[in-house]
Parts: sequence; C-alpha cells; structure tokens
Amino acid sequence: MADWEVVIGMEVHVQPRTRSKMFCGCAVAPLNEPPNTHVCEICEGMPGVLPVINKAAVEACLKTALALECEIPQHTKFDRKNYMYPDLPKGYQISQYDLPMSRNGHLDLEGRRVRIRRVHLEEDTGKLVHEGDKLHKATQSFVDLNRAGVPLMEIVSEPDLRSADEAREYAMALRTLLRTIGASEADMEKGQLRAEPNISIRRAGTEELGVKTELKNINSFRALHRAIAFEVKRQAELLESGGTVVQETRGWSEAEQRTFSQRSKEFAEDYRYFPEPDLPPLELDREWIDKLRSELPELPRVRRARLVEAYGLPASDAAQLAGERELADLFESAVRAGAEAKPTANWIIGEVAPKADGRFAGQISPAQLAELLGLLSSRYINRDNARKTLDAIWGTSLSPENVAKEKGWIGQVDDGVILNAILEVEQTHPQAVFDYRAGNRQVLGVLVKAVQDACGGKADPRRVSELIRQRFGD
Amino acid sequence: MDPTKLTISELGQLLRDRELSAQELLVLHLDRIEDADGDVKAYLRLTESLAGEQARAADATLKAGEAGPLTGIPMAVKDVLCVRGVETTAGSQILRGFRPPYTGTAVQRLFDAGAVMIGVTNCDEFAMGSSTENSGYFPTHNPWNLDRVPGGSSGGSAAAVAAGEAVFGLGTDTGGSIRQPAALCGVVGMKPTYGRVSRYGLIAFASSLDQIGPFTRSVDDCALVLEAMAGHDPLDATSADRPNDVRHDLKAGVNGMRLGVPKEYFEVAGMEDGVKVAVNQALRMLESAGAKLVDVSLPHTDYGLAAYYIIAPAECSSNLARFDGVKYGMSDQEAQNITDAYSRTRRRGFGTEVRRRVMLGTYALSSGYYDAYYVKAQKVRTLIKRDFDEAFTKCDAIVSATSPTVAFPIGSKTQDPLSMYLCDVLTLGGNLAGLPGVSIPCGMSQGLPVGLQVLAPQWREDIALRVARAYEIASDMRVEVALVG
Repeated sequence: MADWEVVIGMEVHVQPRTRSKMFCGCAVAPLNEPPNTHVCEICEGMPGVLPVINKAAVEACLKTALALECEIPQHTKFDRKNYMYPDLPKGYQISQYDLPMSRNGHLDLEGRRVRIRRVHLEEDTGKLVHEGDKLHKATQSFVDLNRAGVPLMEIVSEPDLRSADEAREYAMALRTLLRTIGASEADMEKGQLRAEPNISIRRAGTEELGVKTELKNINSFRALHRAIAFEVKRQAELLESGGTVVQETRGWSEAEQRTFSQRSKEFAEDYRYFPEPDLPPLELDREWIDKLRSELPELPRVRRARLVEAYGLPASDAAQLAGERELADLFESAVRAGAEAKPTANWIIGEVAPKADGRFAGQISPAQLAELLGLLSSRYINRDNARKTLDAIWGTSLSPENVAKEKGWIGQVDDGVILNAILEVEQTHPQAVFDYRAGNRQVLGVLVKAVQDACGGKADPRRVSELIRQRFGD
Repeated sequence: MDPTKLTISELGQLLRDRELSAQELLVLHLDRIEDADGDVKAYLRLTESLAGEQARAADATLKAGEAGPLTGIPMAVKDVLCVRGVETTAGSQILRGFRPPYTGTAVQRLFDAGAVMIGVTNCDEFAMGSSTENSGYFPTHNPWNLDRVPGGSSGGSAAAVAAGEAVFGLGTDTGGSIRQPAALCGVVGMKPTYGRVSRYGLIAFASSLDQIGPFTRSVDDCALVLEAMAGHDPLDATSADRPNDVRHDLKAGVNGMRLGVPKEYFEVAGMEDGVKVAVNQALRMLESAGAKLVDVSLPHTDYGLAAYYIIAPAECSSNLARFDGVKYGMSDQEAQNITDAYSRTRRRGFGTEVRRRVMLGTYALSSGYYDAYYVKAQKVRTLIKRDFDEAFTKCDAIVSATSPTVAFPIGSKTQDPLSMYLCDVLTLGGNLAGLPGVSIPCGMSQGLPVGLQVLAPQWREDIALRVARAYEIASDMRVEVALVG
C-alpha cells in the first residue's frame, strides 16, 4: 500500500449565520424543531411564489470568499438545478452554476496550500422522514420542510489534499476561519458544516488521476478522518486485487464504520441548469466588497504567527488560541490588563476553554481573568482554590478576589509576610526547625501553627506549609 | 342604461352619487352571468360570498365618502392568480381543489382599492394556448359568435368583460394572452412592461415573459386598473422600483407623434384581408388626428416565434416541476415508487399541450442541446430587443394588428399546434422585448372584432395608452357588450 498516492478534493457545505432563509422571511430553524413549523408558501414551493435574495447570506458568502482570497466577479447570478425529489418543493434547487459568487482562492495549511475552486450560494432541501426510519420497510414517508430554503455556501477545493490527516486539518482550518470572520458557527454536529470528500488513489509518481468516489453522511471531524482512511484502504485493496474503482457516491455508516455504495454516477443525472428567471443578476458593488474586506478580522493563520512572535507562546498554544477567536481575544486583553502571557495561555487552554466548551460568549472578562491570575502568581491563592474561584465567578461580573476572600479560599497576607514569619519562627522554634531539617516531618504541624500565629492567623495554611517545605527542605 | 354595459368611470360616478349600490351592481352582474354564462362559459367558478363581503365593505366605504375609482367595481380574475381560500387551478386538473394560502400582490392591491371579485375565469391550462380550448375543464365561447373561440389564454376574462359579466377582468400575457383575446372579443387589453406589475401570486408559465394586465371597456379604465396594480413589490425581485406614471398625459392626443408601422407585421403568414383593412383604417384615423406614420422594420420577426417556443417551454418545464402530487393538487395513490407516482400524477393531471411544452422545454435544456436551443434562442431574443430599440429611434410607438385573424371556429386549430402558435406572431415580440402593449377594438371583419395593437418602449405605458386613447376619441369608439344570453 505504500506506493499509492491519495488525492482528495473537498466539497464543504456551510450554513451561513443568518436569521432568515435564503429566499423567504422564515426563521432558520434549529435542529429537531417539530416538522414544518418554520415554513411559508415560498419555501413550501406553493404555486405563484417568488424568491427574494437574502442579503445577509450574500454578505457571509462574500466575507468567506474574501477570507479565502478568492476573486470576486463584477456580476454573479443564480441558476436553477432541476431534479425532482419529494424533499425539493419546487422541483429545482436555486444554486449557482457558471457565474458563482467567487473563484480561485486558497487556504494555507501547515506546509500545504489548498486551492479553492469556488465559493457559491444555494439553498438547502427539506428532509424525508420514513416511517420506522427505514426507507425499504416504510409504508409511509413524510416531508419536513423546516430546512428547505436554508442558505448554504458551497466551498469547493481543488484535489490538493493528500491524506486523511490533511483533509481533517483542512476542514478544521475552514471551521476556524468561518468562526473567526463570523460567517458561520460551522458546527458539524448541528449540520452547519458538511464535508463531502472525493477520493481517488494513483501510483506514486504518476500524474493521471484515478477514478474517484464521493463520500456523504459525515457528521464529525473524526468520522471524516475515518471515512477517508477506510475509503483509501478499500480502493487500494480493490486495485491491488485486480479490481476497478467505480465512480459513485458512497455513504459513511457510523454504526458499521465503513462506506457503502449509495448512487452510481454512471448514468449522471442531467440537471438542466439555466439562469433563474425570477432573480435578476447581482451586480457586486466594488465599494461594498472593499468595505467587507476592510472589516475582516485578523485571520487565524496570521494571528497564530503573531501570538508566537509577540508573546513568546509555544506554537501549539498559539494555534489553539488562534483557533477560537474569543479565546485569543481573551488572552490578548487579559495580558493587556496586566496578566503574564504564558500562565494566561495555560489557564485559558487548560481551564477556561474546556469549561466554555464552545459556548464562551463572555463568561469571564479579561479583567477578571487577569485579577485571578494575579492572585495565583502572588500566591494569595492556591491552584485548587483558584479553580473554585473560576467556577464561582463564571458568567458573573464578580471580583475573583472578593469571592475568594468571602469563601475563605485565600490568605489575607501575601508570601512576603509569610516568609518574614518563617524567619521569625526559625528564631523562636529552633528545635522544631532542627528536627524538621533532620527529616522529622511530624513537626510540620507545629511549624505551620507557629507561622500562622506569627501572621496573626491570616495566612493560607496550605501556602504556609508550601513555603516551609521550600525553605527547610521537602 | 344597463349598468353591466358601462365603464368603470361611468359606474364609479353612479356609485359615488349613490344612484346604485355596490351590492346592487354585484347582483346585476350575477344575474347577467346567470343569463349569459351558460352560453359563454367564461367563469370556472363564482366567488359569491367573497364578492358579497367585498360589496358590503365597498358600500360602507362609499357611504363614508372615501371611495376610490375602483370601489365596488365587479372584476373577473383569471384562474392563474392566487387568491387566499379561493380554488385556483391554472385551468388544470392537476390543481383541482387547490386553495392557495395567500393572495397575490396584484389582486391584493385591487382588493385594497375596493374592487369586488365575482369569480375565477377560464383559461388555457397553465396559460398555454391561444383559444381557451386547452382548459382542463371546458372551452369558453366568443360572446360575439358562440361557435368561435374567445382567444387565449385569458379567454375567460376577455369574454366576461365582452359579455357584460364583469366590468373589468384580469389576465396574464406571456406571448399575447391578454392582447389577442382582447382583440378577438372586442375589448381593451393591456400587457404592461415586464416588471411593472408584481408577479407574486401568478402561477408561472414562463417567468421571464409573464405579466399581469387588465381587460376593460375603455382605455381610461385600462389605465385606472393598471395604475392600481402597478409598482414595486418587495416579494418580486423582478418588479421595478419606478414611478407609477402609467396615466401620465393620457389625454394629450397624438398630434405630432410618430407612429411606426413595421412592414414585417403586415406580411405575416395567414394575415386576413379584413383585419388588414380595419387596421389600415385605424391608422388613417390616427393620422388624421395628427400622428405621423413612419415605416419601421423589425427584421428578426420571423425568428421570434421559434425563439419564443424554446424559451417559454424551457422555463415552463422547470416551473411546472413542482406539480408532483406530493404537496397539493392531484396525487396518484396507486404507484409503487416515487418516479412512477410522478409519472402517473402528471400524465393524468396535465393536458396534451402542457405535456408537449414540458417535453419541448426539457429537451431544449438538456445537456448537449442547451447551446443549440436555449442559448441560441436567448441570442435571438437579444436581436429582437435590438430591432425594437432601433425602431424606437424612429418612432414613439409601434402600431399593427393584434392578431392576424379574427376569432376562429372552435376546434379548427386544435389538431395543429403550429397553426395555433401562429396566433401570437404579432404579440410575442413585445414579451420577448419586455415592452408594454395595448390592444384596442378597431372595427369588425366578418362580423367579428378586430384589434389594433400599440407597442411602446419599456416603461412607456403612458405612450401606448395615450395613442389608444387618441384612437378611441378619433374613432368615437365605444366598446359594445355582446348581446349574448
């Protein structure tokens, strides 16, 4: 298997962040709403209705295209893709064919540039629900049009990816980019980002592309990686045993961890694309494009490099922070508020991010974080209590210091006062100190109490014992 | 005088003077329908309870002294315009029983202006035809001669207005479907500039060509109804945001105006002598009213029909895909799989002409044929637009016959689709170029009405209407109501 080269291109469908559907005023429904509760005569494809373009969707698509450094043409238009299926209420999907919103961009991964062929806009279809969840056993099927007409951006790459790892990295980088620019929440599990890789293999060193298969039903980055790995192995085994790969669409079965044939492309459907007569061609105003370009935030790749450069962070930390715009913003603001860079990065990656679990949305302010980290570095507070304090201030505007004091999680004196007390105790309790230094750990309690007394009972006992151990040996 | 023979303007006066109530006017029309429609068959269904409500509301408005020109005026609505809760079928069995959940913009604007909807009028199925014989229900008869067709596809609305069964009617015009039946029934009919009237709620035949327009008994009425419907609609991206100036200078006359006479439009195949005579007489009358007749040329006229019969079926093949038996209308319950269900529903629900055009259009858009048919047809469309642009540098409006023939006998063309397609040869150019066009009665031939067509540059409905109005005055023309029933 070593002499096969893997060639992967990706089609990624992304739901842009919009309040309403692509061509009507219906709200975009969250997943699992009751069927047909977010529909109107337009997205139901009633006779006589007409589409009107959602400007927010166009804007999200243009921002994405700009972030991928695509060329944006002067004119773009929508086309009808004609096919009949019960989840497609009009009998055609409004999409873009020969004049897409953008072309010829790229996304840079670590060590590889992936060329983007095009980014265009279209509408989603509805969903079929089969009685008992199995088509071949169902006596009835139902149509749910909540998703019909939801905007989708289709991002098509050139076949520039060479492994399952790279394909996953590409999809994750795309997600990060889309979140950073605010074009989409790009949550795979919510169906906001759907990756469909097409895969072929060829003998290493040859130029001609092999026959490709396209994979669907992939619902996570892990599934993406596994599906591609499975498919590469399947194709290689097939070719090595003298077989041929059939050009087809294959589904990924999460339950069985394998791909299965869905639809042969031998008899390719003729979609009879033609310009959508209900929508005049769009003139893309240059000033608008320039404005959108100038409003783009710092892109993840650039920011990652800057975090390394400006703060001396390790590359992996920088990558993690730059991967979530809100985390990187929190980091930089907390540092500006006086926190030290390295511990701040550690705390954000190790404590804040896992706790936020993707729903960060201002649960902690940079000032709060800087204050908490200040307590920690001046050792008013130990690590466990600092975590408890983080829990207590999460989602509030409370001061970490006040909360910790109230709860008795911090000493009221700092390390300097404790160290002075230790020096004092060295004079007042020479025998205990001698015994401790000689290895008798049982006198620690005596020493801690003496130091605490010298501090007027205001020191954090755990901190006291830490400092005693540091001074007299552990 | 019998109120069912009057114009909107005349009736508006009677209503405002409270010599007649909207409810009385409605009853007079329902009586007239009862007398005449058994012969004419203009209506597919009456909407008496809706009409009753609207007439009562109109009387309240009249009483309050807040009436507009259309308050209380009975209208007929073509079966392709969606009205909430009113069975709307596009003349097709496939939509039998379908009641739209919404009302289209143009109709809603007329409702808002106080018009009273009497009923839904017959038409060729999905507006495909020139005789109303392709209706999925029954043919409509020409009120001037019941053995003849009323024209089409909006034959029901044209016949209703001609027979005194409505004061005005709504039609749609994709290749001539308002102007040609207006000519054949002897009433005024207008297709506005593409984009003038919102298409929201119009069951699409060919989206880039369809427009809604009025049938009336006078040019003044035509302008009134058009003005009430016109204007930008946020629900139709192809409706234009432009001033609603269609009645501008309506009475200014034609003195000094240049009227273009396209020689190609007088040489088309099947042009009847009687039609030519009537139209030429009308042109001389306009000349004597001060207009200057100038020769113009529309050299690509011959290709218009071919281009039209690629573009319109191509769009219709896509527009009609939604009638699949899944969501509304006829639905086959015997099929074993979805493809079979589609085929059975559509074979049963669509008539011959609709199936023919869906197949023609599907073919024209198919991979491998798209460039040779659809793309080529669009190029021809551009050439035809240029012909008109060029002609309008030499004239202010173009005048010709609306239809090469008067109303033809029922059944005489149904076996020969091409001869039926030729009915629109003088009108479809206006659709391909998106121009406004009005047809106005200009005399009789063989005892049947002849129509004069006036085409104007885009957005110049005012010019077309002004010429038509000038002819009306010069000829002392008054639209007669046929004494059928």
